[in-house]
Amino acid sequence: MEVGIVSYGAYVPRYRIKPEEIGRIWGVDGKAMGKGLMINQKSVPSPDEDVVTIATEAARFMMARVPEVDPQDIGAIYVGSESHPYAVKPTATIVAESIEATPAMTAADLEFACKAGTAGIQACMGLVGSGMVRYGVAIGADTSQGAPGDALEYSASAGGAAYLIGSENVIAKINRTLSFTTDTPDFWRREGQPYPLHGGRFTGEPAYFRHVTSAAKMMLDAMGTQPSDYDHAVFHQPNGKFPTRVAKQLGFTPEQIQYGLLTPEIGNTYSGAVPLGLASILDHAKPGDRIFVTSYGSGAGSDAFDITVTDAISGYKRDRAPVLEKILADPVYVDYGIYAKFKEKIVMPE
Amino acid sequence: MASVAKEWREIPGRYNLIGTKCGNCGKIFFPSRDFCPVCRRKGIGKIEKYKVARTGEVYTFTVIYDAPDANVRQKPYAAAMVRTDDGILISGQLVDVDLDKIEIGMRVRAVLRKLDSDGASGVIHYGFKFVPEL
Amino acid sequence: MRDVAIIGVGTTAFGEHWDKSFRAIGIEAGMKAMADAGISGSDIDGMYIGNMSAGHFINQKNIASLIADYSGMSTNHIPATRIEAGGASGAVAFRQAFMAVASGLSDIVLVGGAEKMTDLDDVKINSVLDTTADAEWEAGMGMTFAGLHAMIAQRMIHDGTATREEIASFAVNSHYHGALNPDAQFRKAITLDTVLKSGLVASPLRVFDCAPISDGAASVVLCPLEDARKYTDSFVKVSAAEQASDTLALFQREDITSFGATVAAAQKAYRKAGITAKDIDVAEVHDVFTVSGIMALQDLGFFRKGEAGKAVLDGQCQVGGSAVAVNTSGGLKARGHPIGATGVAQIAEIAQQLRGRADKRQVENARYGLAQSTGGTGSVAAVTVMEAI
Repeated sequence: MEVGIVSYGAYVPRYRIKPEEIGRIWGVDGKAMGKGLMINQKSVPSPDEDVVTIATEAARFMMARVPEVDPQDIGAIYVGSESHPYAVKPTATIVAESIEATPAMTAADLEFACKAGTAGIQACMGLVGSGMVRYGVAIGADTSQGAPGDALEYSASAGGAAYLIGSENVIAKINRTLSFTTDTPDFWRREGQPYPLHGGRFTGEPAYFRHVTSAAKMMLDAMGTQPSDYDHAVFHQPNGKFPTRVAKQLGFTPEQIQYGLLTPEIGNTYSGAVPLGLASILDHAKPGDRIFVTSYGSGAGSDAFDITVTDAISGYKRDRAPVLEKILADPVYVDYGIYAKFKEKIVMPE
Repeated sequence: MASVAKEWREIPGRYNLIGTKCGNCGKIFFPSRDFCPVCRRKGIGKIEKYKVARTGEVYTFTVIYDAPDANVRQKPYAAAMVRTDDGILISGQLVDVDLDKIEIGMRVRAVLRKLDSDGASGVIHYGFKFVPEL
Repeated sequence: MRDVAIIGVGTTAFGEHWDKSFRAIGIEAGMKAMADAGISGSDIDGMYIGNMSAGHFINQKNIASLIADYSGMSTNHIPATRIEAGGASGAVAFRQAFMAVASGLSDIVLVGGAEKMTDLDDVKINSVLDTTADAEWEAGMGMTFAGLHAMIAQRMIHDGTATREEIASFAVNSHYHGALNPDAQFRKAITLDTVLKSGLVASPLRVFDCAPISDGAASVVLCPLEDARKYTDSFVKVSAAEQASDTLALFQREDITSFGATVAAAQKAYRKAGITAKDIDVAEVHDVFTVSGIMALQDLGFFRKGEAGKAVLDGQCQVGGSAVAVNTSGGLKARGHPIGATGVAQIAEIAQQLRGRADKRQVENARYGLAQSTGGTGSVAAVTVMEAI
């Protein structure tokens, strides 16, 4: 059975803050920091936005593009995030209700640092491929946390993308997926703690680079391909620097990763990062395009995907929802005071 | 803690603008009504579910400076009455908008946002707000 | 049905009564009205209390019994009933009392209206006010009471039926009269500039477009017209007390720049009284916001749509002006707006005008007077017409 992407939708909040503004507050050369991380600005969620609203918006855009799909035919919804608004009570049920997919379906929230969204795609592929469900929805979304003054504060942002996985009218066939997973504590957040901690430079070589390159190489081996066989590639992007370097190490060109690299303009959307990068590629994709995808989640693991865009994308009603270029077109810049208020960093009276 | 059922039972309207329509006179109600005030007894048993259009235009608006607790982080914030594309008038907040560029007739669409929450540990209430159409 | 007379009125000063409790202000107004009517407590055989939200404001329900008890009426076990109709609570309580006397069921009835608002903080008070709109689909969606009225004003300006200045001028009119009323919360005249330069509440409405938060109470005594002279030489006839309803939510109406309930209640009241809007010499209207005052003048038939603002801006509605004298008490804006008391206080003001007891704000030769009170965004309206005897 051919399993793949039937539709997708992406959403990023409208507000932005620049690294120089964050640096101004903490006595850091934010501009240099941003340059080093290759982050020009990051998205900031409005006070009334969270993973539920971001995931819902992405899912609604996804459904708007396939009016022929009855939401009642969706058999599973997984929302991957590390900032679910409830510790207990799923985001997925609220999203499911919002796209009128309830009640004959299964749902769950996933967490695997920044790769819970791609883990959801894998889960849906299994359910669709086995014939257990007709359609599955996988969403990666976050309103990620960075402790005030920490390096993460320059990148942690908000956004998400949703994927309708099925076997009919597939616009992008997923040829294969595989993963590389180990116990590597490079980044974590304990239950009840507001901010994550990380292992500093340990997050680089033994964590991000080892897992991304291992999964990518496993995929190239498994498919018997080389980087030049792909039109587009997207790698997890905690900043602009890591994916650019890992692409180069693996032999991908800057042209191949250009559409999928959003972090310089929106920051690190965590679970939303690779799903958003892939959405941006699909916004530009033509029939026959081959796409190489590798996510990364701290803790740690990478999911790789080999995807081929099908002829069905020509008849796909993409313009029934806004493409990322349009969504990102008219940002509103906020200063650190507004940012702190929006992110509820200011203690208010009861 | 406030009742969760009170909000829960309004989910269809709050999330998806689901109202009702009188099968007798065709009048659309949002929020939903199980009893048609026009047809009264003649409408009983003929009320059907109706999904209101999620796009429309601003009929009138205000920018609220004296904000309730729920919106203290967003003030000033805009509120509007919106005439949906199927002709229904609805009140909702207007967010992600440049406050000095709101106009009567402006195109908007409904999105899901947080409306309020029952304190830091209680239930979060989600519902529609409007944003400018992209 | 019997004709009904108002034989006595009493009000407390309106304002921030930090040292007085709800029960204290309620009793003060009632005692004044009874003294004015020349009756004693044992003459009274019924009591109606207009109160919007003591349950929220002072955490006390069952306030009719509270007032009956503290005014000594419970020793006679008279029936005491509390009425809630949002901002129109006092006016609707009055109408209940009117019906009780007109029907012959009761003979001498005391109407009270009272609200003690300042025991809550401003944000909580506003949240209580918001509940007179649709709590689920307006307040619950982030609309505030001021915001709803602001949207009416915005639409009027857009439609060209009032300018921002015309709307603001209603507050100037109310303050002009408030300066003449010793019981008013604000006894200071203002200019248009005061309104237009005050802080924004909900654009385009500003602080001076909004009635204040107030404590206060008002009371009137009713009896059959034929018995009035037994108690006093100075009384007025209640020619009509009408009431009408509309949708709870503003967005459920086709026209938001007119309150259909006010129009309906007014038309019935004029018909009952055998007069037209032109016969009214003095009127108290529900200017909870300036825009509500402008709308009321049109809905009551004093002016055509689009004309009221011009007239008020021109000063025509001031005492001695060329049109009907409006809100000689200072209105909700300047006299104050202790919600449940307001409707009763409006009627008390008209009664004083028709008795020739309005002192510096007296309208010469006033024969017919009218009080209009609304609740929510016009979801309930009460219109009372009185005639000098």
